[in-house]
Amino acid sequence: MQNWVNAYSWINIRFLLQGLEVTILISVIAVVLSFIFGSILGIIRYSKIKYISKIVGIIIDVIRNLPLLLIIFFVYFGLPAFGFKPDTIPAAILAMTVFESMMIAEIIRSGILAVDIGQMEAARAVGMNFMQAMWHVVLPQAYKKMIPAMVSQFISLIKDTSLATIIVVPELMQHGQVVYGQNPNYIIPVFVMMALMYFVVCYALSLLSRYIDHKMA
Amino acid sequence: MMKRLSKLVLIITSLLLFLSLSACGSKPLSEQNVLENAKADKTITWGVKADTKLIGLIDVKDGQEKGFEIDLAKAITQQMLGKKAKAKFVTVTSQSRIPLLKNGNIDAIIATMTITPERKETIDFSKSYFDAGQSILVKKGSSVKNVQDLNGKTIIGVVGSNSVQNVKKFAPKAQVLQLPDYAQALTALKSGQGDALTTDNVILAGMAVNNPGYELTGKPFTTEPYGIGINKGQKEFQTAINQALDELIKNGTYNKLIKKWFGDVPGFDYKGVLRND
Amino acid sequence: MIKLLTDNWSAFLSGFGWTILSSILALFFSLVIGSLVAILEVLPNKFARIVGNVYVEIFRNIPLLVITMFFYLVIPLYVVKINGFTAGTIGLTIYTSAFIAETVRAGINSVDIGQMEAARSQGMTFWQAMRYIVLPQAFKLVIPPLGNQFVNLVKNSSVLAFVAGFDLMYQANAVASQTFDTVNTYLVVGIFYLVITLPISYYMQYLERKLA
Repeated sequence: MQNWVNAYSWINIRFLLQGLEVTILISVIAVVLSFIFGSILGIIRYSKIKYISKIVGIIIDVIRNLPLLLIIFFVYFGLPAFGFKPDTIPAAILAMTVFESMMIAEIIRSGILAVDIGQMEAARAVGMNFMQAMWHVVLPQAYKKMIPAMVSQFISLIKDTSLATIIVVPELMQHGQVVYGQNPNYIIPVFVMMALMYFVVCYALSLLSRYIDHKMA
Repeated sequence: MMKRLSKLVLIITSLLLFLSLSACGSKPLSEQNVLENAKADKTITWGVKADTKLIGLIDVKDGQEKGFEIDLAKAITQQMLGKKAKAKFVTVTSQSRIPLLKNGNIDAIIATMTITPERKETIDFSKSYFDAGQSILVKKGSSVKNVQDLNGKTIIGVVGSNSVQNVKKFAPKAQVLQLPDYAQALTALKSGQGDALTTDNVILAGMAVNNPGYELTGKPFTTEPYGIGINKGQKEFQTAINQALDELIKNGTYNKLIKKWFGDVPGFDYKGVLRND
Repeated sequence: MIKLLTDNWSAFLSGFGWTILSSILALFFSLVIGSLVAILEVLPNKFARIVGNVYVEIFRNIPLLVITMFFYLVIPLYVVKINGFTAGTIGLTIYTSAFIAETVRAGINSVDIGQMEAARSQGMTFWQAMRYIVLPQAFKLVIPPLGNQFVNLVKNSSVLAFVAGFDLMYQANAVASQTFDTVNTYLVVGIFYLVITLPISYYMQYLERKLA
């Protein structure tokens, strides 16, 4: 019989919450970093600078089309060859950032493309340079259009942090495995609780996104 | 929460900075002296297991690793570097331990790792600090009585452990499933994903403690001397670890730890692994 | 790296095969389930809409790994014995079907509502109108996003490595820990993944541009 009462003892729940905290920390830092890097990469790819945009485009496409699990392995096992030895949490953040930056770069690029090209030209015609036009005219509109795509990418990121359990990052999935590893009768309660924790965080975000979208429309 | 967040932000920024600096600055691992580094900051970073009861298991109450290897690593650290020295622990799996050692994330591995000729080509080992033997864990009442019975059956093992290769020699017709770690492997056995779980007897004994419906069966069919893994080219560090180990055996600390962790584990004869000299 | 590839050729190749098989099976079943759920979501019946919405929200907001592990570890305890490959493929199917349902629903909604009404007024039933008028147009619109879902499926199939599903990533882990040549092993499987995902994702970009 599954032991729901003991499985939900405060000690176990606290351990799961500590995992959730790490999950959220990794996700928040990774999303902020990848928003910055993703915007830069997306603009570079859009801006058609000779060679550079092409190369950036290829890098984006290659990384975007690899499993995140592989990126995690590369960061954790591969980067140290270049003298950089991250612990598990920074490694997870870095892997997430690399992967998500590429995803966000693509969202940004299509967001920019969706802003009427005439606006860019008009801004340039009144004397703005490319960066000014981008910063004051195109990007604000592009970001507005991209909010739903961004939020769903953020939700994916939160869910994807569970993969980092493979390198023993102390996040929610890993802590869940430790708790149900203690006792065979904890497995269903722990799965339910883990699913619930992920669901609450992700669903709240998607509601928030819908609310913002609604407000702005 | 905010405090930890700002701490993490700090770690990240410093890591990014470190990345840009270290690209030009850091010495390759082969030119560093691990023993001197350890003496300088009075710390040894050990790769340990966090999913193996009695050996190295994370405690849900305080998030600390606990077990025989954890205690032994602490004892070796203090024997080598003095009472104030600190043993730092990094959780590894059978899959990640060797890459992490080679990369320099950890100074030494003490994680149920058997000394094998194949591994010796890649890393060095200390003297053996424990004599395990590969065995199998089955559900009570299973028709599997020893390793030969496993032909035609499905066996669960762990990625990166040498047990998955060993068992193919004894039961060539068995199908082997490799799971990421021991916690998953045990849960998979209980879910009926395989007929038996194979790894070293001491790990299996720890599993049986919490799972009364399961038992070790048959005699161990291999000998698995566990060694502390260290990088090649670190002879001084290796010698220092061996000396510390000898000391701990001589002054009785080693046997005390064995009794503490394996003193009353059903199905495991702790007297067989005591060391006297 | 060449030696690594030739020495472990059969492992990589069988992993490649299982990865493709799992992705294709999951794509097929998630298309079927996803379309059904999408139709539930646009039905006039309120209860049906709720069921559809709940399905989508639940499986979009829980990690694939949690769903897969649940099928691998819990379902065999109480329901039916399934192996890692099956559990992984079921996990992939359920997870992806929630996304496909959203895509198809958006496709259906973008088909002019007048067409449905016109078809009904010609004497078609709701299902006939759906089957012959609305769905064919909706599917055309959703082909590029569905292609991208397939790319996601191939990438996500690496979750099979957690449940001993014999896929590429599982083989990679086994090879890496036997050869101790970690980085090169993962580089090799990275190329295997790109062989599937890059052409599809470029083709979908081309289609998107053509349809736009």
